[in-house]
Amino acid sequence: MSKTETGEACAPKPRFNLITAIKDLGVARLIILAFVVLLFVVAYAKGLGIQGLISDSIVRVGMNGVLILSMLPAVVCGVGMNFGLPLGILSGLLGGILTINMNLTGWTGFLTALLISVPIAVIVGLLYHMVLDKVRGEEMMVGTYLAYAAVFGMSIFWMLAPIKNPKLIFAVGGKGLRYTISMTDTFGKVLNNFLAFRIGSITVPTGLILFWLLLCLLVYLFLRSKTGLAMLATGSNPAYAVSSGINVGNMKRIGVVMSTVLGAVGIIVFAQSYGFMQLYTAPQTAAFPAIAAILIGGASLRKASISNVIIGAILFQTLLTVAPPVTQALMEGSEISEIARVMISNGMILYALTRATGGR
Amino acid sequence: MPEEFVLQLKAIGKAFFGTTVLKNVDLSVKPGEIHALVGENGAGKSTLMNILFGMPVIKDTGGFEGQMVFEGKQIKMESPRQAMEMGIGMVHQEFMLLPGFTATENIKLNREITTKNPVSAVFGRDFETLDIKSMRKDAKDAIGKLGLSIEDWVAVAGLPVGYKQFIEIAREIDKKNVKLLVLDEPTAVLTETEAEKLLDAMKKLSKSGITMLFITHRLDEVLAVADNITILRDGEVVARMPRSEAKVERIAEIMVGRSIEKIDLPKRKKEPSDDDIILEIKNLKVNMTGENVKGVDLNVRRGEILGIGGLAGHGKVGIANGVMGLYPSTGEVFKDGKPVKLNNPYDALSAKMSFVSEDRRGTGLLLDDTTELNMTMTAMQIQDKFLKPGPIRSLRLADGDAIRKYADRMIEELDIRCTGPTQPVRRLSGGNQQKVCIARAFALEPELMWVSEPTRGIDVGAKELVLDQLVKFNRDLGMTVVMTSSELAELRKICDRIVLVYEGKIAGVLSPDASDLDFGLMMAGETIKGKEVHNQ
Repeated sequence: MSKTETGEACAPKPRFNLITAIKDLGVARLIILAFVVLLFVVAYAKGLGIQGLISDSIVRVGMNGVLILSMLPAVVCGVGMNFGLPLGILSGLLGGILTINMNLTGWTGFLTALLISVPIAVIVGLLYHMVLDKVRGEEMMVGTYLAYAAVFGMSIFWMLAPIKNPKLIFAVGGKGLRYTISMTDTFGKVLNNFLAFRIGSITVPTGLILFWLLLCLLVYLFLRSKTGLAMLATGSNPAYAVSSGINVGNMKRIGVVMSTVLGAVGIIVFAQSYGFMQLYTAPQTAAFPAIAAILIGGASLRKASISNVIIGAILFQTLLTVAPPVTQALMEGSEISEIARVMISNGMILYALTRATGGR
Repeated sequence: MPEEFVLQLKAIGKAFFGTTVLKNVDLSVKPGEIHALVGENGAGKSTLMNILFGMPVIKDTGGFEGQMVFEGKQIKMESPRQAMEMGIGMVHQEFMLLPGFTATENIKLNREITTKNPVSAVFGRDFETLDIKSMRKDAKDAIGKLGLSIEDWVAVAGLPVGYKQFIEIAREIDKKNVKLLVLDEPTAVLTETEAEKLLDAMKKLSKSGITMLFITHRLDEVLAVADNITILRDGEVVARMPRSEAKVERIAEIMVGRSIEKIDLPKRKKEPSDDDIILEIKNLKVNMTGENVKGVDLNVRRGEILGIGGLAGHGKVGIANGVMGLYPSTGEVFKDGKPVKLNNPYDALSAKMSFVSEDRRGTGLLLDDTTELNMTMTAMQIQDKFLKPGPIRSLRLADGDAIRKYADRMIEELDIRCTGPTQPVRRLSGGNQQKVCIARAFALEPELMWVSEPTRGIDVGAKELVLDQLVKFNRDLGMTVVMTSSELAELRKICDRIVLVYEGKIAGVLSPDASDLDFGLMMAGETIKGKEVHNQ
C-alpha cells in the first residue's frame, strides 16, 4: 500500500479534559446529581438524620438493583425496555410463596426460592418471547398490556391457590393469599444481614450489594461473550446480524428470557430486603421505576450498558429515598411524601425519556 | 442590470468542536450556469450546503464565519424554510417523496392549487377543494421541462429509482421562484443511461435560466455539464476552473492531492481456468424486490476476479445476495463440489465465503458500535476467532487484544481515517465505512469474497484504494473475488471476466478488453456469438 500516508491515517486523538469527561457523563445525569446533592443539603439544614438517609439509600440501591439490571438484556437484544417485567416478578413471587409454604427459612429458603422461580421464569420468558416475536416493533406497548393482564390473572390465582399455610392466607375466612406476606420468620433480610457492618450509624448491607454486583459482573461478562456480542449485534442492526450468520430470533429469545429471569430473581432480592412479599396488584407498575433508573443512568431504548445500570440505580434510588422526607420536612404537617415519591418517579421517567440520547 | 453572481459565499469557515472542516471558502455562482462542486468525501461539501440552507445543525454547533450574498444582498440564512422562500431549492440524495402519493401529489405537496368551497368559507383555507386539473397541468409542465415522459398520475412507489430522482427535481423546479437548485449527488443511485438523461435535463434547465450547483463524485459528468468547477479538499478551495480548462485526470489529481496511476495488474503464476472451478451455481432464482434473479447458471474459476455487470433492476445484485443466503432463493450452489445451503447465511459463511454488501449502512455495519467490533463480529460468530479459550464455545469471552490488533492492522493497511478503533462507524465517511466493511469480510479469511457495489458513493481516492485492495487480496492471497458493480469502467479495470446480466438471466460473459459496443449490446440483452470467453 504505497499510497498510505500513515501520518494522516488517524486524526489526532481528542484531548482529555473536564469538558469531555462531563459530556461522557451527560448533562441529564449531572443535573440529577446536583439535585440529589441539593436534597442532602436541605435535609441537613432541616435537621434530618443524614446518616439514616445514606443508610436507607444504600439499601434501596441494593434491593432495586437486580430489577434495574433486568432491563439490560431486553434493551441489548433489541426489544427495548422490558415493560413486561411484572411477568418475571410474578414468577419470582410464585417461587417465594411456594418456598414459604414449605416453611423453609434463612439461606435455604432464599436459595430454594431462586431454585423454584428461575425455571418458572424461563418458561414464562419463552412464552413471552413467542408473543413479542409476533408484534415486532411494538414490543414495549404489548409488553405493558401483557403484564397488566398477567397481574390480574394472577390475582385470581392468589385468591384461589390451594395453600393452607396460616402464614400465607387471610386470617379470617381461611382462604386466599394475603395482600402482604411477612418474611421476618422465613428468609427476610438474609442477604442484607450477610456480612453486614456498621460505620457510625450507617449500616452497610454487604450481602445485598455484593449479590447485586455479582449479577452485574456476570451479565457484563455475558455481554462480552460470543453469544452476548451476537445479541448486541441483533439489537443494534438485525440485518447485520443476519448477514453475520447470527440466528436473530434465538438471540431475542435469550434476551427476553434473561430479562424475565432477572426480574424473578430481582423481586426475591427486593422482598427479602423489604421484609414483605406484596401480591395482587402490587407488581403492576413495578417496571416503571426500573426503567426510569436505567434511563437516568444514560441508557436509550436501543442501547444500554452495565454502567447505565449501576449509575442509574445509585442516582435514581438515592433520589427516591431522600426526596420524600425532605418534601415532608419542607411542607410540615401535610401527608405529601407518597405523592412526592410518585411525582418524582414518573417525572424522572419523563425527563429521562426526553434526554434518552445524552451521554452514555 | 443583472448581478454578476447569483450566490456568493465569502471566506466561509466552520469548525465542529475544535476540528476545522471549512477554512476560508469562497464560492461564486453566476446566473444560469451549472457550477460543479467536487471533492472527496469529508472535503466539506455537505457542511457548506448545510450552511447555505441554514440547517439547525450549524447553529447548534456554534454558527460559522464568513458572509453569504444572494442576488446582491447580504443575507443571514436562519432556516431551510427561509432558503426555500428565497428561491434556493435542494434535490436530495435520498428521496424525500411519499411513496403512496402520485407524481403530481408529490410535486405539489404543500403547495396545492385550491379553489374555494362552502366548507372552506367557514373553516378556512385548509378546507378548500384541490384543483386537480391545474395541479396536473403544472406537474406535467415541470416533468416536461425535464424532457421526460412519465405519467403524472401514477403512485411514486412503483416507479424505478431514476424516475423518482426526476420527480424530486420536478418538484423543485415547479416552485415558481426557484433561482438556484442544489443537486447533491443526484446520479449516485442512477444507472448510466438514467444519469445521462438527468444530465440532459440539467442542461435544459440551465438554458431556461435556472442556476445549478451540482455536487458529484463522477468526474465525467462534471465535464459533460458544468460551466465552472470548484474543487474542495480538506475544507479548502484548492482550484477553480472553467470547463474548457478541465480534464478528468487533472480534477481527480487536484481533488485527491495525489496522482492516480493506472494499475498494471500483476500476472499470476497460473491463470484461472475452467479446469478448476471454486463455485458452481445452478438455476439460481432469487426473490429480491427490484433485483430478481430468474435462473442463473454460473461457474466461478478458482483465483479469478469475476465481474458481474448489467443495468439496474436486472438482477446483478441479487446473485450475491442469493448465494449468501440473505434473500429467499432456490437452486443449487456447490462450493468446491460440496453443496451450500441456500437461505442460510451461516452455511454460506462457513463455506469460506464472505460478502461485502451493497447496502453498506443497512446490512454492512453496526453504525453505533465501534469500528473494531464491526470488523470482527462476523468472524467471531462464524469461526470463533477473536475469542479467548473457554470450555463452553458460545460463552467464550471476546479477546480485546486480538480484536484491537486486527483493527489496528486494518486501519493501517486500508488507510481508514478515524480517530481510533473505538470510534463508532457512524461518524466515518462513506469511503471509510466501506473499508470497514471490507475489513469485516476479510476477517473471515475467505476463499471467495463477494463484493457488491464496492465504490458506490465513495470518492475517487477511496475508490482506487478499494479496488487496489481487492486486486491485492486476489494476487497475494489467491482469494477469488466476485465483484458486482454498476460501473463498467471499474469492472473492466480489474476483472478477468465480466458476466453481464439481463432480465434476471446471464446474457453472456465478456473479456474486459471487449469493445464498448459489445458491452452495450450485451447489457441490452443481445447475445453475441463468438465474443464470449466461456471456452477460452
